[in-house]
Amino acid sequence: MLASKLILKCLEDENVEVIFGYPGGALLPLYEAMRESPIRHILVRNEQAAPHYASGYARVSGRTGVCLATSGPGATNLVTGIATAYLDSIPLVVLTGQVNRDLIGTDAFQEADITGATEPFTKHSYLVKDASQLPRIIKEAFYIASTGRPGPVLIDIPRDVQEENLRNIDRNPDMNIPGYKPNYKGHTGQIRRAIRKIKQSKRPVIYAGGGVKLSYAENELLAFAEANQIPVITTMMGIGCFPEDHPLYCGIVGSHGYDYSNAIMEEADLCICVAARMSDRGVAGTQKDIEKMELIHIDIDPAEIGKNIENTEIPIVGDARTVLLDLLKRDLNTDTSRWLTRISAIKDEIPLLFHQSLENGLANPKLFFEQLSTVASEDAILFADVGLNQIWAALYYHIYGKRRYFTSGGLGTMGYSIPASAGAAVALGNEAGNEAEDGNKRQIYCVCGDGSFQMSLAELAVISQLGLNINILLFTNTKLGMVRQLQHDTYGKDHYSGTDLNFEIDFMKLAQAYGIPSFRASTTEDAVTAAQKAAAIQGPTIVQIDVDKDFLRI
Amino acid sequence: MEHLTNHNKHRCLSLLVMNNAGVLSRISGLFSRRGYNIDALTVGTTEDEQISRITITVSGDDKVIEQIIKQLYKLVDVIKIVELEKGQAIRRELVYIKVKADDTNRNKIVAICNLFRANVVDVAPESLILEIVGPASKIDAFFEMIKPFGIIEFVRSGATGLQRGKRSVHESK
Ligand SMILES: Cc1ncc(C[n+]2csc(CCOP(=O)(O)OP(=O)(O)O)c2C)c(N)n1
Ligand SMILES: [Mg+2]
Repeated sequence: MLASKLILKCLEDENVEVIFGYPGGALLPLYEAMRESPIRHILVRNEQAAPHYASGYARVSGRTGVCLATSGPGATNLVTGIATAYLDSIPLVVLTGQVNRDLIGTDAFQEADITGATEPFTKHSYLVKDASQLPRIIKEAFYIASTGRPGPVLIDIPRDVQEENLRNIDRNPDMNIPGYKPNYKGHTGQIRRAIRKIKQSKRPVIYAGGGVKLSYAENELLAFAEANQIPVITTMMGIGCFPEDHPLYCGIVGSHGYDYSNAIMEEADLCICVAARMSDRGVAGTQKDIEKMELIHIDIDPAEIGKNIENTEIPIVGDARTVLLDLLKRDLNTDTSRWLTRISAIKDEIPLLFHQSLENGLANPKLFFEQLSTVASEDAILFADVGLNQIWAALYYHIYGKRRYFTSGGLGTMGYSIPASAGAAVALGNEAGNEAEDGNKRQIYCVCGDGSFQMSLAELAVISQLGLNINILLFTNTKLGMVRQLQHDTYGKDHYSGTDLNFEIDFMKLAQAYGIPSFRASTTEDAVTAAQKAAAIQGPTIVQIDVDKDFLRI
Repeated sequence: MEHLTNHNKHRCLSLLVMNNAGVLSRISGLFSRRGYNIDALTVGTTEDEQISRITITVSGDDKVIEQIIKQLYKLVDVIKIVELEKGQAIRRELVYIKVKADDTNRNKIVAICNLFRANVVDVAPESLILEIVGPASKIDAFFEMIKPFGIIEFVRSGATGLQRGKRSVHESK
């Protein structure tokens, strides 16, 4: 069998349904073989978007996303997306074409050392030198990407390896990764110590991160919090892992969190960190408090424990779901009623601020998200890009039930939301031709700013072509708003530099060019109405919402 | 000349790694990216041809060493890490020193070599090359004795070693 065919067969063995890719010379054999493969290929419009598609696909399906690019510029175009997935622990298998083996190291046409370039932000990578190793490598790659702390794994395949003809192939060889042994079960001794600490604590708080979503531990988190009446605060990555309409919900921490949440952190005496890495952003404003209080840190990656916060009393290395199940087996007899009373008082003292008195009457994005929350479907998924738009959605769109919020939290990559929501729509079968099916009902919002929208503009073609059911909410403030606000906050009034997008674009015409129905709204009311109209339309839509340039994050 | 070893700060890690292409760059990349200092690094084969052993001398306090070990373990190619601690392990280094020597002092240098069980491996009219193997303390002392004669250049292999006793790194926890 030709190695190119073998690659696709091995991907089938891993239940791969779809590849987000872009061809080139070094992939000619693989693309030739793809003509006869049942695996679907979706032609992205820029390789930069391909890992984001795969990421969105992975985040809603729980499967490993797969993307593909040719050697050289194709491969280097993937770099930002791979790093984005790495920082958010998203399982991806990234395939790249490479120049022929005998040309490697000669600066051949379209040669780039992609395993070298991505080494800092891949969980692992392979350069295939021998086609007979492909089944083992592909099997290992999927295993490594999807187990333990998930992450991207890259396989670089020279063109002449794809062209090899192989006989007697074992498609299910043994893996050979003795150094890779992810640990799921928490240490019983540490769990016992944790239980003792929780019992002693008067003001415990659960600090829940994105890992809760990655390990599908939402139900266990809810059960644990309820059983012991412990309030839950999430990080930005953890948004949606605990229902916002729950009395124990205490908001979002960190530099872009709610003031009241940070105030609650300040008064807590025990932090139970569940699958968060306590990043600089996540603990901004509360790092000193966390260092003072006692800390139980549950994480599947031992290196996260003690990395950012040194005073971890009780490290529990394990999968969030497994550890929470273990903790749930014990009756802790906690009494936090006084603490919960104090928390309600804090919530009352520090209310959310919706109304910013801007006279021009343009849309108020906070109120918009507040109101969108009441009309959006119960299981709507929202992908936020990066910028003020991301923070507005994070803080004011309410997430409970089956709703989800996804964003590029770790790397903060502009241009993420359009391809990621497209990948999610593909995963859910939320596209033209599937109208009758149930899966088609799940609503997907894609929130972006006028800056981030333009970074992934090209992908509108894919969305329109496939009739993906995505509602794009485009906030136009004619600025790179978030950076502009930082300039204001850091250097003072009017210290703006390089953050003007003042060139007027007719986004309605642009949408028309791509064949996407679009609306434009300049008030909150109109924006909500437009969003509802858009939601009723099959296929993609764009709602442009004009926001005042001075409308800030908080 | 910076030949002295700071014994307190220097720690020695012995790693078993898969003998895969790129494993060295993964390890050295990790050190530079996370701002850890490698003082010395040696690589060699093991009894299993699939596996290599790397000995790394690093400086840092307990916290730093703990982080380094955890980060190294995250590399899929790293199978096992043990710290070669003084007392529990032998740690040796190979050093070559080219020293100025002529008819007036050659014998003195040879006498010092005998005391340290060092070898003279090259003799030239105006220089000698000395070879010594030993723990850092012995090597430091030898340097002190040789320095006055005028060291022209030297090379240190970096430490390598094994845990004492019959246990192998595979069995250590
Ligand atoms: C790829 C990339 N480049 C630059 C940045 C820095 N950055 C963060 S937010 C932002 C502005 C985003 O502007 P826009 O998309 O219009 O959103 P707004 O803040 O105006 O809502 C920039 C430039 C980034 N996060 N990602
Ligand atoms: Mg903007």
